[in-house]
Amino acid sequence: MTSSVHRGEPGEEERPQPRAIVAGHGSFADGLVSAVQQISGCGDVFIALSNQGLAGQDIESRLRAASADSGARVFFTDLPAGSSTVAVRRIMRDDSGIVLITGANLATLLEFVFQPDGDLAQAARNAAEKGRSALAVHGGS
Amino acid sequence: MPVTLYRIDDRLIHGQVVVGWGQPLGIGLIVLVDDNVAASDWEQDLYRMGVPPEMELRFADVASAVRDHASYSADRRASIVVTGDIATMYRLVEGTGAINQVNVGGIHHRAGRAQKMRYLFLTPDEETQLRRLMSTGVKVSAQDVPAARPVPIEDVLGPAPAETTG
Repeated sequence: MTSSVHRGEPGEEERPQPRAIVAGHGSFADGLVSAVQQISGCGDVFIALSNQGLAGQDIESRLRAASADSGARVFFTDLPAGSSTVAVRRIMRDDSGIVLITGANLATLLEFVFQPDGDLAQAARNAAEKGRSALAVHGGS
Repeated sequence: MPVTLYRIDDRLIHGQVVVGWGQPLGIGLIVLVDDNVAASDWEQDLYRMGVPPEMELRFADVASAVRDHASYSADRRASIVVTGDIATMYRLVEGTGAINQVNVGGIHHRAGRAQKMRYLFLTPDEETQLRRLMSTGVKVSAQDVPAARPVPIEDVLGPAPAETTG
C-alpha cells in the first residue's frame, strides 16, 4: 500500500488520505469504491460522488469542494461525454495540475491504489492502461 | 428526415443525450442551440470532446438555428436539437413555427426551483414559460431516457392557476 496515511489520535486507526475522486452517474462511484474496498481494503483512497439529480453547475461545485477539502487532484469519471467529465474539464480550465481519467473501471482504480505517490500523471496513465487491458471478450465464436 | 427529438436539458451534451438517446435512436447529428456556447470556442471544444466520431455536433445561437432549421430537418441522419432552458426552446419554436413536440429531459435543482419530478425542478417563472410553450400548440412531455414513460407536462404542472381579477 503506497498511498499517504492520515495519522489521527493515538489508538485511532490509520486511514489513507483520499488521493482521488470518482464521479459519475447513479451509483457508479459508490459501487466502484465499494468494490475497491472489498478487494484491496483501500477504498478510503477514493471519494465517491454521484451526479444524480444535479445541474451541471452543482456537479462542478461539489467536485471543486471535494478536491479542495481533501487535496485530491485526480478525478476518475465514467463517460467521456458525461456531465461529471464536463464538470472536471471546467475545473481543469482553472487548474492545470488536475488529472482526469474518463471511462474508469474497477481495474483502473485498483491499479491507481497501488501506484506510488508523486507523479500523478504517470499514475493516471498506468491506471488507464490497466483499465483498457482489462476489457476483453470471451466466447461467442 | 425530420428532427427526431427536440430536448430541453440543462446539462446540454451528456451521457443521457449521447448514449441514452443517441444509441437507440441512431442519432448522427446533434445541434446544440445556445447563445453563450455558440459564442465560445472553449465551450464548444468542451462539448465536442465527449461526442463520438460517428456523431456530428453543431453549435448555433437561436437566430442561426431558426435560419438553418430547414437544413436540420432535411438531413438524412436522425438528429437531436437540444437547448439548455425553456426560454431558448420557446424562441426556437416561435422562430421556426415548425416544431410540434418538445421533450423536457432535465432541469435540475437550483435555489428557487421546486421539485416536480426526479429530474425536473421549476421556478414559478419556468412553469409559466412551459405553459406558454404549450399554448403555442406544441406537445410537451417530460422524459429523461427513452425507456421511461413520457409524462405530459400538463399532468406535471396541474391546472393553470386562475387569473385574479381586480
